Amino acid sequence: MNIALALEVVVAGVVLGVAVWTIVARDNYAAVAGFVAYGLLLALIWVRLDAVDVALTEAAISGGLGGVLLLGAAARLRATETVAAERPGIGVHLGAVVLSAGVAVALAAGVLFLPDPAPSLAPAANAAATSLGNPVTNVLMAFRAMDTLLEKVVLLLALVGVWSLASDGVWGGRPGPRHWADPRGVLAFLARLLPPIGAVVGIYLVWTGANHPGGAFQGGTILAAMWLLVIMAGLTDTPPARGRRVRLVLIAGPAVFLAVGLGGLWLGEGFLTYPVAYAKPLIVAIEIANRRFVCATRIWDRLIVSRATRTNRSRTSVSRLRSRTSCKSIHLCLAGEPSSGGPSWNAGRFILPTFRATRNIRFLKRQSLVASIRCLVCRCCAKGSLLV
Amino acid sequence: MSLIFNIVTVVGVSAGAFFFLAGTVGLIRFPDTLTRLHALTKADNLGLGLVVLGVLPQAESLRGGLKLVCVWLLALLAGATVSQLIARAARRGGSSQ
Repeated sequence: MNIALALEVVVAGVVLGVAVWTIVARDNYAAVAGFVAYGLLLALIWVRLDAVDVALTEAAISGGLGGVLLLGAAARLRATETVAAERPGIGVHLGAVVLSAGVAVALAAGVLFLPDPAPSLAPAANAAATSLGNPVTNVLMAFRAMDTLLEKVVLLLALVGVWSLASDGVWGGRPGPRHWADPRGVLAFLARLLPPIGAVVGIYLVWTGANHPGGAFQGGTILAAMWLLVIMAGLTDTPPARGRRVRLVLIAGPAVFLAVGLGGLWLGEGFLTYPVAYAKPLIVAIEIANRRFVCATRIWDRLIVSRATRTNRSRTSVSRLRSRTSCKSIHLCLAGEPSSGGPSWNAGRFILPTFRATRNIRFLKRQSLVASIRCLVCRCCAKGSLLV
Repeated sequence: MSLIFNIVTVVGVSAGAFFFLAGTVGLIRFPDTLTRLHALTKADNLGLGLVVLGVLPQAESLRGGLKLVCVWLLALLAGATVSQLIARAARRGGSSQ
């Protein structure tokens, strides 16, 4: 047993251990931390398997952006954790065990009974029309161009879906309150120092994706992370969804792809076959991935953070809900931001479990009923009343 | 010459691994957030620095070496910032556990 094999065995064992731990962990934060570590370790395994493209994606998405999103979600859901009264029954447990075991056995069988040599499309992909050195890019952009194109469209549709979760009053607005941080603080310092480096790395990844591991997806994720950093440090604000530039950039990716594909119909051999021009759709695709991720993240924020953060109070917690049971605070918590309409039912959906955590739930209910009636009277937020 | 390089590598990586080990032990054993951060930053800064220093003689080209140094510098920057943020959050939150 040589050193490399020993290393692989150790890494595989650690990955399995972290995976089990992520599932078993009761605390959301611990589970998220485990998941991020799991993603990074998995990236190591992909590198060992010579799948550097996959490793980059895994590290950037699962370890980076995914981690940020999940941490945000865990922070918001922290107040509901004390409630977790609904434990799944033994039937659900057994079902999950059987299902997982079945999937594992099927996967193992699939791997163990592979014909030798394994069927591979790699030579065909490499022989495909493009003259690029990276077979993964060849597959994505030439051999399976249709898949890649549709993937972009699906991402766009997903973004529209997330946007449409906003209530009517804030439709087209900025996806969440602006972050405020100390402009002379550490985070702002990092947000000024790091993005130039990150931008170079991101663009380099896209550029080099033609011949080496890399590509628009990975590069776009890094650019998105840099932008998120700047937004989180409060140096800039998220672009509003109604912004013409944002929408144009969002459409530009699939549109350029389609245009090149249609051009292939005319100049080349058929739809989505390339004459030569190539780099451009990739480069535009960065922007797509970039803005999409940012918008998705920011809208996540929008769902739960009410005005409380804007006025520099800390986030809604059970104790605060208890201590401030005046009409206004409940109104604020349930209806979000009165002035702009607020993410009313979205916030309610997540914050109502918080109410259940409190012992004096009846009191709160009565209070919020009073609040909602007053809402109806003052008509500052009609939607808040629908919740109760 | 290559013998000297190899010795530098073995010494550097071993020292780095030692710091990582010490940092991990500190992370597990130390009582509160600030001391745990202290242990962790030693692992990040010194441990990774020593590993990079040890691997440098094995770099194939100047570019490869520069990339390694860049990795270390970026990890330093991220580690310093994140530990500052965590420490502030811990102090403000009042929970030192």
